[in-house]
Amino acid sequence: MGWISPFKLNQLGMLNMNRRNVDYIARYNSRMSYPLVDNKLKTKLVVAEYDVRTPRLLQVVRQQHEISHFRQMAEDLNGFAIKPAKGSGGKGITVITGRDGDEYVKASGARVSVAYLERHLSNILAGLYSLAGTPDVAIVENLVESIPELARYSFQGVPDIRIVVFQGYPVMAMLRLATKASDGKANLHQGAVGVGLNIANGRSLNAVQFNRPITLHPDTGLALDDIAIDDWQEMLVMASRCYEATGLGYMGVDLVVDVNEGPLLLELNARPGLAIQMANGRGLLPRLRQIEALRKPHFTPEDRAAFAMETFTAKV
Amino acid sequence: MTSRSRIPFFVAILLLIAAGISIAVWRHVELGIPWFTGEQKPVWMVEARIDFTGTGEPVLASMNIPDQPPGFRIISEQAASPGYGFSIVEDSGERRAEWSKRDINGPQTLYFKVQLVPDERVRTGNPRRRPKPEPVFWEEPQATAVEELLQQAAARSSTPESMTRELIKLLQPDGGAQNTTLLVSNDNYIDLLNRMLNHAGIPARIADGLALEDARRRQQLRPFLQIYDGTSWLTFDPRTAEQGLPENVLLWRQAATSLLDLVGGDDSEVSFSMLRQTVPALQLAQSQSSENGLGFLSLYQLPIEEQGMFRMLLLLPLGALVVAFMRIVVGIKTSGTFMPILIAVAFVQTTLIPGLIAFVSVVAIGLVMRGYLSSLNLLLVSRISALIILVIFITAGLSIVGYQMGFNTGMTVTFFPMVIIAWTIERMSILWEEEGAREVLVQSTGSLFVAVCAFLLMSTPLAEHLTFNFPELHFVVLGLILLMGQYTGYKLSELRRFHPMKAYD
Repeated sequence: MGWISPFKLNQLGMLNMNRRNVDYIARYNSRMSYPLVDNKLKTKLVVAEYDVRTPRLLQVVRQQHEISHFRQMAEDLNGFAIKPAKGSGGKGITVITGRDGDEYVKASGARVSVAYLERHLSNILAGLYSLAGTPDVAIVENLVESIPELARYSFQGVPDIRIVVFQGYPVMAMLRLATKASDGKANLHQGAVGVGLNIANGRSLNAVQFNRPITLHPDTGLALDDIAIDDWQEMLVMASRCYEATGLGYMGVDLVVDVNEGPLLLELNARPGLAIQMANGRGLLPRLRQIEALRKPHFTPEDRAAFAMETFTAKV
Repeated sequence: MTSRSRIPFFVAILLLIAAGISIAVWRHVELGIPWFTGEQKPVWMVEARIDFTGTGEPVLASMNIPDQPPGFRIISEQAASPGYGFSIVEDSGERRAEWSKRDINGPQTLYFKVQLVPDERVRTGNPRRRPKPEPVFWEEPQATAVEELLQQAAARSSTPESMTRELIKLLQPDGGAQNTTLLVSNDNYIDLLNRMLNHAGIPARIADGLALEDARRRQQLRPFLQIYDGTSWLTFDPRTAEQGLPENVLLWRQAATSLLDLVGGDDSEVSFSMLRQTVPALQLAQSQSSENGLGFLSLYQLPIEEQGMFRMLLLLPLGALVVAFMRIVVGIKTSGTFMPILIAVAFVQTTLIPGLIAFVSVVAIGLVMRGYLSSLNLLLVSRISALIILVIFITAGLSIVGYQMGFNTGMTVTFFPMVIIAWTIERMSILWEEEGAREVLVQSTGSLFVAVCAFLLMSTPLAEHLTFNFPELHFVVLGLILLMGQYTGYKLSELRRFHPMKAYD
């Protein structure tokens, strides 16, 4: 049983749940903007206007009877992802990576029938995964295929990059790698590996699994200390643009790097978790305060990304 | 930005909490509502007994009864006298009990009972009209002796009070005045004193007091002297000149012309018996709340059925407080925000252990059945609806099995909210599929732990007593919950969660 004193945490500038909720989410995120991020379909449409690309939309299932179209549409597809528009924390997302005769192969390697997918769609429509249990719509997206440089670190699932954006400034980033324990999902609390990324250059800092520091990926066995993300500046600018698109002052931006299309926005999160601090080995508070203290904010996403790269080197 | 926007908030919270506590204290003082359960208060039961012999004529017995006796509060009055007409009449400022009957022969007994609570704060009300000394006429040779005694007393005193004290001392056999032997005989002493004071221009009167002693019977009234000092009536012991009323003396008759007027009877006699009882302080407060102006603030006026409902309802804020504390400050995960309160409320009805067993078994059986339902490929709404029916079957089954086995506590599982249980089972089942059994275990033990904590708080007799009798204390609970809503510090669980950060220090 390890414990840490609150004074030490304060000293490290660790942002905690209560302060995040009261001082950042409640203050900087207007309720009006929530539907934009809580509904993936709306997110897709709104960020498209700000030149932020997302995985290609294949189908939107709004009503029970539209599920029958899904079978025809999916007939000649190899990979796709079914997502509930109002889902949270990756709940209800089913990723199909291939076909095996009549059956579809899930990311975990399990084979499922079309009927299974149809039931899944029906559950989504009934609101099983939606935040308040309200009726939902299901979206079917093109499968993202990660670039091999990153994909090789991850067990099965697509690695994604979480960037916390505060008032339009990217303040902290991490790479999330799926593991066997996380069932091919990139959810840290299920056992995915979080690798802190240096905002200045997109290089890995250190890595954690289940909040414990690690140096090697538990499944692939690869060292996690020399990962570098290409097109880093472009990704920061993309994340920064989402601020203009949604108006949310404090959010998490989830990006993936597709082998064909480059960086894509997966989803936005108005209540990003705190584990990113563990992956980076430093607290968010000093960076957030530094931005709050800015007298003259930068107006373009490019300026903000540049400012962040300059200011938030690994040392801060 | 931080400090400026929050100061008015904290001041408001402080005011809220202060208001809650001060209203509670005020009601405790004014209405005597006790802070703790089971507090007892002494109550004196005094019974006046009138004996007389009827002479075959219509009878009207009229007895003076206490009206605002200093140091006591009257909480009930009743007369016992079969066959008599009875009423309490108010006649030129004095209260009298009147019994009447047409034909009476032989010995008769009438009773009048009064219940009194000692209360220091009760004082004799000030007279509406300023009393004036009664004119007194003396015959010689008393007149000279009286004048002389009064002059001596006046010479040694400065106020009506000291004058009275000096006069009483002078009238004692060893008081050193020769004139006393001429004036004083044993049976006119108090009357003489009264007349002399009136003669000296000090309004005076005789009051009758009753020394209260537990379980005494056949007691007589004792005369006390009262003088008016310009603002209020002061009481003196006519023998010792001691000022003030001794403790446990009840002034039965003040400002009244006679104790008993009897028409149509002979040989009348009044005697008193008394008993000291203890009554729950709460009951006392309740019986008085309707008379008191503050009564409207309490729930005692409601019908009993509603009171019972509020007793339960007013416990909920405590449960909410526990949930808020556990989630915000301690950081325990629960399934559904207020699920623990609902479970805790059910526990209050079922008691803890049977409730826990019943709840865990309903949810466990439900989870097994839900597993079968999920293989049927049902739509969500119909799945939950089916689950609700199953949950009702499970509780009915458990009740029947429990009853057959001789536990009638099995019946009480019906207190659990069925729809909520059905939803819980559904959520747990999904949680199991998505996050694994560990997360289910964490959340369900968290919920049960918080529920048990809330139950333990809600089921203490003190909690029920305070929430129901001092509903204003909920302002304090509200204030605390609002304060917690502003808590931005680390949760206890985060001190553990973030402990690997030590490595980066």
